[in-house]
Amino acid sequence: MNQVNRLAKGGRIDRGRPLTFSFNGQTCHGYTGDTLASALLANGVDIVNRSFKYSRPRGIVAAGAEEPNAIMQLGATEATQVPNVRATQQALFDGLCARSTNPHSGLLSTIGELFSPMIPPGFYYKTFMAPASMWMTYEKLIRKAAGLGRSPREIDPDHYEHSKQHCDVLVIGAGPAGLAAALAAGRSGARVILCDEQEELGGSLLCSREMLDGKQASVWVAAVVAELAGMDNVLLLPRTTANGLHDHQFVTLYERRTEHLGDRAPEVNGQQLARACMYHVRAAQIVLATGAHERPLVYAKNDVPGNLLAGAVSTYIRRYGVVPGKRLVVSTCHDDGYRAALDWAEAGHEVVAIVDARERADGHWIEMARAQGLNIIMGSAVIEAKGKNRVTGARIASIDVARFQTTGPASELSCDTIASSGGFSPVVHLSSHTNSRPVWREDILGFVPAELPGLTPVGGACGVYALGDVLKGGAEAGAEAAIGCGDTSASIDLPDVERLKTGEALGLYQVPHEKPTLRAPKQFVDLQNDVTAAAIELATREGFEAIEHVKRYTALGFGTDQGKLGNINGMAIAARCLNQTIADTGTTIFRPNYTPVGFGAIAGRHRRDLFDPERYTALHEWHRARGAKFEDVGQWKRPWYFPSNNEETMHDAVVRECRAVREKVGMLDASTLGKIDIQGKDVREFLGRIYTNGWEKLAVGKARYGLMCKDDGMVMDDGVTTCLADNHFLMTTTTGGAARVLEWLELWHQTEWPELDVSFTSVTDHWATMVITGPEARRLLAEVTDIDLDRDSFRFMDWRVGMVAGVPARVYRISFTGELSYEVNVQAHYAMHVCKTLFQHGDKYGLTPYGTETMHVLRAEKGFIIVGQETDGSVTPEDLGMQWCVGYNKPFSWIGKRSLTRPDTCREDRKQMVGLKPLDEMVVLQEGAQIVFDPQQPIPMTMVGHVTSSYYSPTLNHGFALALVKGGQKRIGERVYCPMTGGVTHAAEIVSPIFYDPKGERQNV
Amino acid sequence: MFYIHCPYCAEQRSEEEFHCMGQAHIQRPENPEAASDREWGEYLFFRDNPRGLHQEMWVHAAGCRKFFNVARNTVSYEIFETYRMGEQTSVTAGTTAHGREGQVEQVHKVRRVRA
Amino acid sequence: MSNVAIFEQRAADTIAAESPLHYSLHRHAVSAQGADPKEGSAVAMDERAFLGHLIVRGTAGVLRAAIKQVVGIALPETACGLNVEGGKSIQWLSPDEWLVILPPGEEFATENALRQALGDNAYAVVNVSGGQTVLTLSGPSAHEVLMKSTPCDVHPHAFPVGRGVSTVFAKTTVLLRRPDAKHWELVIRRSFADYLYRWLLDAGEEYGITTKHTENKDNNNE
Repeated sequence: MNQVNRLAKGGRIDRGRPLTFSFNGQTCHGYTGDTLASALLANGVDIVNRSFKYSRPRGIVAAGAEEPNAIMQLGATEATQVPNVRATQQALFDGLCARSTNPHSGLLSTIGELFSPMIPPGFYYKTFMAPASMWMTYEKLIRKAAGLGRSPREIDPDHYEHSKQHCDVLVIGAGPAGLAAALAAGRSGARVILCDEQEELGGSLLCSREMLDGKQASVWVAAVVAELAGMDNVLLLPRTTANGLHDHQFVTLYERRTEHLGDRAPEVNGQQLARACMYHVRAAQIVLATGAHERPLVYAKNDVPGNLLAGAVSTYIRRYGVVPGKRLVVSTCHDDGYRAALDWAEAGHEVVAIVDARERADGHWIEMARAQGLNIIMGSAVIEAKGKNRVTGARIASIDVARFQTTGPASELSCDTIASSGGFSPVVHLSSHTNSRPVWREDILGFVPAELPGLTPVGGACGVYALGDVLKGGAEAGAEAAIGCGDTSASIDLPDVERLKTGEALGLYQVPHEKPTLRAPKQFVDLQNDVTAAAIELATREGFEAIEHVKRYTALGFGTDQGKLGNINGMAIAARCLNQTIADTGTTIFRPNYTPVGFGAIAGRHRRDLFDPERYTALHEWHRARGAKFEDVGQWKRPWYFPSNNEETMHDAVVRECRAVREKVGMLDASTLGKIDIQGKDVREFLGRIYTNGWEKLAVGKARYGLMCKDDGMVMDDGVTTCLADNHFLMTTTTGGAARVLEWLELWHQTEWPELDVSFTSVTDHWATMVITGPEARRLLAEVTDIDLDRDSFRFMDWRVGMVAGVPARVYRISFTGELSYEVNVQAHYAMHVCKTLFQHGDKYGLTPYGTETMHVLRAEKGFIIVGQETDGSVTPEDLGMQWCVGYNKPFSWIGKRSLTRPDTCREDRKQMVGLKPLDEMVVLQEGAQIVFDPQQPIPMTMVGHVTSSYYSPTLNHGFALALVKGGQKRIGERVYCPMTGGVTHAAEIVSPIFYDPKGERQNV
Repeated sequence: MFYIHCPYCAEQRSEEEFHCMGQAHIQRPENPEAASDREWGEYLFFRDNPRGLHQEMWVHAAGCRKFFNVARNTVSYEIFETYRMGEQTSVTAGTTAHGREGQVEQVHKVRRVRA
Repeated sequence: MSNVAIFEQRAADTIAAESPLHYSLHRHAVSAQGADPKEGSAVAMDERAFLGHLIVRGTAGVLRAAIKQVVGIALPETACGLNVEGGKSIQWLSPDEWLVILPPGEEFATENALRQALGDNAYAVVNVSGGQTVLTLSGPSAHEVLMKSTPCDVHPHAFPVGRGVSTVFAKTTVLLRRPDAKHWELVIRRSFADYLYRWLLDAGEEYGITTKHTENKDNNNE
């Protein structure tokens, strides 16, 4: 396509660097400096999309973030697809490949077009609600038809960055106010970040008619930007959207770092650049210089391509050298609307008429338009656009704004473009992200940000539009924000600005039509969500009076649009229908993100193998070399089982590992258990308060199992704690509970018992722990240690210090398998050496490494609980049958004790831990399976418990399980049932949870 | 994302370094055995959920691991004061007034968020 | 001597020891070709392995004199303080907790001497040498790598030499410290070491990050 609408000269584009791009498969041309939108307009593309609900043809309306129609799917390959890109924000690059998000009339689209009068607000709620079960099906169809863009189906080849920033002053927006603010703050020496969503810093000044110091405003911009770029204390971020403003001045900035360069982030010196970066900024002060969005007028068929914002028309002509049509009609109610006509005429195109709703006007721009002989029609407005795929004419009529009616017959002007402007709406979005409601100001006909600590709106963002005032306000706010951060004597000289004469603006939102709103052709308020004035009127008639309800019901300002163009008009229409003021009606508030943000930038470097920390023990490489399959336990990677070769199944490996431990000797890496070093004179007292059992009498050299409850009496953790010396204990915790238990100990010490002399230090990572367990454990260990392992001198639940494989070690005789066990603890640096040495000696004893699965089977055979498996925060020590571990007579009312006598905790029919033996010995019950007493009971059956652990036992040669069953401890010998999906019901007998070696003889040999 | 002044580290740190532990100043009954089931139940399970001023306990989990208290507005999320264990807040409901949107007009000077 | 059980945990030099980053460095070592890896790279990463790490707890009043006498460095008593001198350092961790880092092998003697000096006071000393290691970052882009990783302000004004904090880093926590104008130190936990190492390699890639392993104990008999 040819650039039929491109001017021969003018604009900030580089005609010496032409670019080629494709739109919906058609090849188009543009220049460096174009946005996708300006290039499409230059190529004469009228229809860029189909609308969301009614599938009407839509063209480009705006030139910035507020664009509602030109929403594109970008990407030359499947992997580089990016949905929901505003063409007005996408810089053109060579080879850019764009498609309309919703290009064709699909099936539902045709329905939408034909039956649009039958799709009222709330249509989806009303139509698709019943039956509720079908909503999922409807939703898929609706989403597909709605055309909301799609995510890539292949892995994104690019990478994304995060950067955490701190600054004294964050200036959001680099228009006149923002530049002045940044310069004032920057010169004082404060740490400043200046961001702007556009390609170039400068905002409105880049294509302004105003002169600064008698020169084009862009000259001043260039000088200021150059000075800021030279300051070490200033970070300049173009192409960077402040997409969210959160509590305590935390702002996220989304920098599209290389999206203007190509489909993929380019390589520089062999390094691929990041595609985008998310800055997490903590700012002491924020200067909100986000400017204002021009408000379109709401008139009939204002969505036909060729209806644009007046300011956008000026921007396309002055900044991009594109005139988006031949014959223009302007419809406005304030002075700035005239600028578009002046620019259009200067570009040599025909201005058919300027239609001004005011009775009279005599501002600077009006006089200039008169002087150029432009046709100005006062007291009137465009009430309806003509045409379908492109504007062919404008119907105008005189109107009475106060009475909301036309006052004379309509006449039709022939034109292909209608530029409308109803005034400006401050861009208050960010200010309301933390739930503060903007305030209506009648004098500027707009909502301004409410007062927020640390936030200063300047310029257009607070309704100040005269350029001189904007610059002054910006500079003052920048200097004020930087107070206390540097040299306060620094100041800036503001450029001279001619003060222009302006007339009063008229508050016009919806233009009255000859027909009542409900019968007039569609007057669009929110183009992106296809919300019309009639829809809002209908919503208010149906009883939706609160503005948030009107929004919800009509979809006004939903989704990626966030009400940039339509919201204020919507509020004004609702106010008119409800016969109240806009101030009384109020506004809805806006959410992050201001414009869409790529998921990649949210994830940053936290992806693939860096998505979450992987914690390794000191023996991790040994496990890998032995071919271990790993299991995630919290963030830890623990060996799950060790297949002896590639073919061995998990079942076979676990059977082999279990047998090795029961018959010979096995080795488990238990380094992940939490270990807390506790020192102080009051450790015994403290332990007695924290644990359910007693610690007064534990002798030096001995270890004891302990159970820990929350104060509600429910088990929270368990582990073995060792008395190293009178003032020195070592606590072990579950692998997953290590951090939680340490915090728990600190909590009670710091908040309730600060008088106790006790302190806690995590030594989890310091010690590596290898469990040597099985009948041959003693003979194996004896080969590598100088510790006397005689059963009568080193007894069960004792610990000793000595050398193991030449390394100083602390060895505990504690057992989680029920077999003779030694837990060898060495400083983690030496774990690999000790492990290798053990295996050098272990072959003749059949030493076998085993993983967590075998550990689970072996401990369950012994009826040992695992906190978090047998317990779920609702299980007491008594429910577990662990009364032996409860010190009922300890003097201090330890944590959880009082709760054990609450009526609910001493109920007899609580769920209690029992063993289950399936009647069919080959059955392994499913963990989590629900248990019933009566398998014949019709659904819903009375569930009386569930299976908590279930395995096949190679030692017992049958399946077995631990379970929580109502009143289970008194039901030993009774039968229960697990009805499974698919109609199978397994029967099992309630038995003691100790399946193996009930007297505990094997660990004591 | 809160910026919280840790009274022990004596500086502001980002929220991700902290855990909130719920309502502050919950007193464990002196003699639990003497507490009625109702009193004990209230200590265990009942917490305030005020609109406006609220005292919470936080812990500087990734920092100094100390517990401390925060006086915070649950509507505006403004933090009036942080103070050490064993200290009492100087902010009371009386010193704050509820504005139109439930925002507390703050009497206390806000600690200027400054790096 | 207090009633606490301690013993020399270090083995003879003939026993192979592995630092927390032993395998990470072997797996992913990146160094500039044919030159000192520090030259020409905007970020260089080193491990200072096998140092002695002691956690010391107690009030400043109790510890002040003993620390000065035994370690030879003043106890940093203001929050986030770090004192470094002659290959040793002491970092404030909380109002009653400090980290003392010593040359390899000195931790047992230091612990004994501290216990001797502190007598019957309320305090604790814990040897954590096996559980953590020190990673140093240097080079002109080191602080850029940090800014990708931690919410802490690492601007030289906000993070002067002699400051050390415990903070969030990537998705875990580290002690981040500035012992001198040229280096940043990360004291990291053993189990997280490989994750953090991979994180730093990834974050430092654009600056051509290089690694160099400084083992204070050259006894890898692999």
